[in-house]
Amino acid sequence: MEKRIIVCIKQTPDTRSVKMDEATGTVIREGVPAIVNPLDLYAIEAALNLRESYGGEITAVSMGPAKAIEALREAISMGIDNGVLLCDGAFAGSDTWATSYALAGAIKHLGGVDIILCGERATDGDTGQVGPGIAAWLDLPVATYVSTIETIEKKTCRLRRCVETGYETLTAKLPVVVTVVKEVSNPRLPTLRGKQRARQVDIPILTADDLKLDKSKLGLQGSPTRVVKIVKPKITRKTTLLTVKNEATLDQATGALAAFITETCK
Amino acid sequence: MTGGVWILAEQLAGRLQRVSFELLTRGIKLARQRACPLGAIVFGQGVAANDLQALIDCGADRVVVFDAGPLEHFQVEPYAACMLEVIERYQPEILIAGATTLGRTLMPYVAIKANAGLTADCTGLDIEPQTNNLLQTRPAIGGNIMATIKTPNHRPQMATVRPHSTPPAPRQAGRTGEIIKLDMAFERLTSRVQREAFEANPDKINLADADVIVAVGRGIKKAQNLPLIYELAEALGAAVGASRDVVDRGWLSYPHQIGLSGQTVSPQLYIAIGVSGTIQHIAGMQTAKTIVAINRDPEANIFKLADMGIVGDLFEVVPALIEKIKT
Repeated sequence: MEKRIIVCIKQTPDTRSVKMDEATGTVIREGVPAIVNPLDLYAIEAALNLRESYGGEITAVSMGPAKAIEALREAISMGIDNGVLLCDGAFAGSDTWATSYALAGAIKHLGGVDIILCGERATDGDTGQVGPGIAAWLDLPVATYVSTIETIEKKTCRLRRCVETGYETLTAKLPVVVTVVKEVSNPRLPTLRGKQRARQVDIPILTADDLKLDKSKLGLQGSPTRVVKIVKPKITRKTTLLTVKNEATLDQATGALAAFITETCK
Repeated sequence: MTGGVWILAEQLAGRLQRVSFELLTRGIKLARQRACPLGAIVFGQGVAANDLQALIDCGADRVVVFDAGPLEHFQVEPYAACMLEVIERYQPEILIAGATTLGRTLMPYVAIKANAGLTADCTGLDIEPQTNNLLQTRPAIGGNIMATIKTPNHRPQMATVRPHSTPPAPRQAGRTGEIIKLDMAFERLTSRVQREAFEANPDKINLADADVIVAVGRGIKKAQNLPLIYELAEALGAAVGASRDVVDRGWLSYPHQIGLSGQTVSPQLYIAIGVSGTIQHIAGMQTAKTIVAINRDPEANIFKLADMGIVGDLFEVVPALIEKIKT
């Protein structure tokens, strides 16, 4: 019962090393390493686990500038079979509405998929909107915040979903869009053989025309939302720091903190 | 009446959740600025009549309810069908929901179908005076920036709002409004995803709902030391959160994890104990109203965010703190 799996991934700046231009309030991307969105690694690993259990083929799909091909190569070095890059000036400036339209177009173009896996959200945009958006464009069911993919049958799958108050057990008809949280898997590191393969694999680059997409729904002009302002948040907190050195300072410090906490909880 | 500001009120087991009333606080302000009525939407089964009236008492002018068996628990397809019906019938100018697991699933699905703009996890909402557009402010790139976003040409303007980022709306005396029950054709309430079972979190952890969170980091050293943290949490009526380290070591389960690969929380008070404050952890808690930290390392990053901190051994500080809080 081989399954065709698509994993949607994004190349993001490493948010640990993002710097801000204090004068203009913009993000300095130059010199910041680009990585596979850390939360997409869980989706990649979940896909690999499914292939190990059920057999099948995994294609990673990404949209981005030409260098986003590196993200696909990394996915392949972890064991993903194929990669497809959506790269076209027409995609530039797309918000989540337009991005999910383009990715849905690519998934339709690839055809015959059983499960579409996405990370919970990307760590740069932090929206989590593209996964459910893809499902809406393709008119597919969607399960979000999935923590376990329990079983896959011929036409259905059984999932656990992590919500605020606990875990839901769900059954979903295939094909289905599944967005996963960290708990779903423990991502492996790329292997040497995987890296070699990743260098050699041909990764097709698809444009809006290749996918027969409506350009009025793409890029900045096709995006309903506009970013109008970006500022670096000011840290307005003034820290009172108390140091414990002996019994007396322990008593003082904990007394002050207890009073502060009690006051705050009022 | 068409147009106006609308909120999605969330229910669980027929009772409205706190986030619904937080959204009313947002909605009241926006409706006042736009001089338009405020609507509330409820999907569920057997939602308590008192709760529906509470939405009006707390600021809604109109409450639209879909009450049907398939709506008892959230499923994206039937909920989206009802939401799209509301959009078509009332043509909201602004439609907001909580940035909960429900809101962050339903809203992006609906936004595509409704050809609408959507902004995720907002912490600020305002009206731009010249254009009457909704200005949506939200943290991005792990909280390194605050972005303000608008939707100039598409309606409704949709946003999810971070839970706890505003207080719930209080009751106001003598408010009136209408409660409208709408029906949805049964075939549009079918779902290709079915909920088979539910397992509640064992120690009633609901970080998103907690006013006070006691978060524990690697400084706790081993799982056997956790009762100390729970004792403090209990004394404060707090939920227990954890850094990634603690979860990866298996000391606490994933639903406790706060940060980039866990939950984002915004409590009134966040008490970080033995938490160093990595960028990934901070991304999940920096919008807490008040932050307190206890750590042995005076250079720990968490102190840069804290309103008050104690540099000291948590195994000395926490027991003394519990004793002081209890008396």
